[in-house]
Amino acid sequence: MKIHIKNGRLIDPKNGIDAKRDVFVAAGKIVAIGDAPAGFTANRVIDATGRVVCPGLVDLAVRLREPGFEYLATLETEMKAAIAGGVTSLACPPDTDPPLDEPGLVEMLKFSAKNLNQAHVYPIGALTTALKGTNLTEMAELRDAGCVAFSQAEAPLADTQVLMHALQYAATFDFPVWLRAQDPALAKHGVAHEGEVSTRLGLPSIPVTAETVALSTILIMARETGARLHIARLSSAEGVAMVRDARARGLRVTCDIGIHHAHLSEMDIGYFDPNCNLTPPLRSQRDRDALRAGLADGTIDALCSDHTPVDEDAKQLPFSEAEPGATGVELLLPLALKWATESSLGLSVAIDRITAKPASILGIDAGHLATGATADVCVFDPEAYWRVEPSALYSLGKNTPFSGFEMRGRVTHTLVSGNLVYEKK
Amino acid sequence: MPGNPLPDAEQLLASLTDRMRPAVGPNTGLVGIYTGGVWLAERLHQALGLQLPLGTLDVSFYRDDFNKKGLRRNVKSSDIPFDIDGCDVIIVDDVLYTGRTIRAAVNELFDYGRPARVRLATLVDRGGRELPISADFSGADVSVAPGESIELTRDPQGRLALKLTRD
Amino acid sequence: MWLDPANPQLNKNGELHHLLSLEGLPADILRQILDTAESFVGVTQREVKKVPLLRGKAVFNLFFEASTRTRTTFEIAAKRLSADVINLAINVSSQSKGETVLDTVANLSAMQADMFIVRHAASGAPYLIAKHVASDIHVVNAGDGRHAHPTQGLLDMYTIRHYKGDFTKLRVAIIGDILHSRVARSQIHALTTLGCPEIRVIGPKTLLPAHVDRLGVQVHADMRQGLKDVDVVMMLRLQNERMKGALLPSAQEFFKYYGLTQDKLALAKPDAIVLHPGPMNRGVEIDSSVADGRQSVILPQVTFGIAIRMAVMSILAGN
Repeated sequence: MKIHIKNGRLIDPKNGIDAKRDVFVAAGKIVAIGDAPAGFTANRVIDATGRVVCPGLVDLAVRLREPGFEYLATLETEMKAAIAGGVTSLACPPDTDPPLDEPGLVEMLKFSAKNLNQAHVYPIGALTTALKGTNLTEMAELRDAGCVAFSQAEAPLADTQVLMHALQYAATFDFPVWLRAQDPALAKHGVAHEGEVSTRLGLPSIPVTAETVALSTILIMARETGARLHIARLSSAEGVAMVRDARARGLRVTCDIGIHHAHLSEMDIGYFDPNCNLTPPLRSQRDRDALRAGLADGTIDALCSDHTPVDEDAKQLPFSEAEPGATGVELLLPLALKWATESSLGLSVAIDRITAKPASILGIDAGHLATGATADVCVFDPEAYWRVEPSALYSLGKNTPFSGFEMRGRVTHTLVSGNLVYEKK
Repeated sequence: MPGNPLPDAEQLLASLTDRMRPAVGPNTGLVGIYTGGVWLAERLHQALGLQLPLGTLDVSFYRDDFNKKGLRRNVKSSDIPFDIDGCDVIIVDDVLYTGRTIRAAVNELFDYGRPARVRLATLVDRGGRELPISADFSGADVSVAPGESIELTRDPQGRLALKLTRD
Repeated sequence: MWLDPANPQLNKNGELHHLLSLEGLPADILRQILDTAESFVGVTQREVKKVPLLRGKAVFNLFFEASTRTRTTFEIAAKRLSADVINLAINVSSQSKGETVLDTVANLSAMQADMFIVRHAASGAPYLIAKHVASDIHVVNAGDGRHAHPTQGLLDMYTIRHYKGDFTKLRVAIIGDILHSRVARSQIHALTTLGCPEIRVIGPKTLLPAHVDRLGVQVHADMRQGLKDVDVVMMLRLQNERMKGALLPSAQEFFKYYGLTQDKLALAKPDAIVLHPGPMNRGVEIDSSVADGRQSVILPQVTFGIAIRMAVMSILAGN
């Protein structure tokens, strides 16, 4: 399959390109940028006039709900949702059922994903067996099976000695460890940011200290062990400051935030909207502003969707009983663009935070479109306005606080390894 | 409107008082219905020199149009400050029309006890009854076009007057 | 039924359709409820303590969290309005069988309910129910988690108005476990709306919610200081499970520092009144001599509570 994407505005932040360039794809690779290689005859020409052509998106957290939660979503629907959102590489957290704690499960997931021939799936292995926080998993075996990093997902790791050992062990092989900074005891029973809204609504709360206390422990241990640390879903201004400080002092740490935290705050809970029951909780507007600034100045490397399909039955409950999480993989691109526009940053910065940066965190060769690179491409119309209608989403999860919001920027074509896997009708 | 076509309320009240005087005794209790009926009952109570204290009713909780109209704002407290059992009660209202307010008042009255007799005094009877109710004492019969209603008003000096209003 | 997105208890005419919280209710509506309740107080003192207002209406007491006391007051109120009352103690087992709150509500709606009185352990549950019931059904929040207990707040306002009249000259203290108290939240919103210029909350820091000052209250850790010259003392119930643990060392120590005793009450104005939502823990948050003393209005609160609930139900049913 040879594809010629013509007349588009090519934005490839990693290679510093933002110009009108044609892209030529053959045998799954980018074969040329600009002028067609000699003798190139396209089987398919995509007219990208007025559109942006960029690397396929790399999403650091997409729950495919397999194995174990197929009633919530299936690999098929969620992969479809991913490519409809322009996402061509995705990392999936280990909180499946059973958790991704043994090589067989990881191989099975990789295999099923590969058969769908859609986005590339990068499993994050469980750091501890069954995510219970007591015994280490066979990380090296899991790596061989395809895991690119290790994490506890949302499961607590209360025992700091286990945490220390997990970091030491991972450091032995230089495996990245992804951690959510939340002290389980301080967050106990909490469902909302400890602040004005939780006080008004009487919602059990999670203080910022739950994040900062855990973060300080993690940062100290990372320094001590030399582990490759990635902080997932930072939520507070104080947390951003701590990461910035740790980096300034030379610590090798990356971090990401989710799309909800870049745009929403505790105020969006309104009258107990269960779609705003998220992990970590939506914090204050000041926190949100700091996260946005951190993403702009590079303290926060990447923006991810933290895609978590939850079925209606688990969401249509009183706020504190509702299952946390929101669907989002189809909203990653427009919400990244929205952040950039509102922060007076160019398209290129927005694209960088959802392509090159997360690819580098994953340690994969993706998120750029140099000649010879895998042809994972996203073509989108930056001026297309559309309204989020949950029923129109590909994901089986219809739960999003952005329901009814107007988005700007819509994916029209997605190529994975040179195949046109999605085309907007 | 040039010239009030309605009779003078103070004159009607005087003749109503005269008509009621022979019919009251030591066991007679007056109960006014808010708002106009209470004003009248206050005047009648004084003029007739009754011994039992004056009672008041706000029939809002007994109205049959609650499902249609809901609860009115500023509902007043009903207050019957005498033992109603065996008592000779006269309900006082300003205008007798459909009879529904009186039905509600009688119902409410019986939730206070079992009076020996209940009679009705009203300043004007405008016809248009929808229930088998009639006044025992009435100041005057007044005919009013459909779509119009009669309202009793009281000025700061306490003078009563009738007013015609369009619905 | 169109309900105001900014306050989903009001209909398009700005009238009360559900009673979910006192937060955001206009003073006008609060006063309407208090005024109507005043008329019902008269009814409750009669020979026949019943009016035919809600004849033929079905009021469902939906208690997802047990509370005989509150349920009974709603039941009495509904019966005095001549409504048919159906009591449902939804045990946790039917919930754990997978029937959700909304399943339960859908089932009951099919039984021609006119009003749901909802008590739930989770904050916000009545909002969820209100959002999903048929448009002619009214929902009354009878206490949800730590969020709100609007009828308790209203009966407290009734009591204060009854004894003190004007809210705009009052200094009010709310004392005890503010953090977990839906009653305190409702009281604070109502007092603020009705123009009370000085509301103080008093309690140890473990029992004060974050940023409580943003609700428009002054925070006092020292009860003696906080009680100085107040007109109204509102005590809160301390739940048994919180008397000893990580929030408080012991009931004894709590009583010593935050229990209302005669000598502490003496710091308030001489004519200050004492309220308590009940049931009281004597010797924990309040001394018996105060609870039964001349400044206590705890029993009248209970009487007024019936009238308030009658007022709320009849106003809702009429809107």
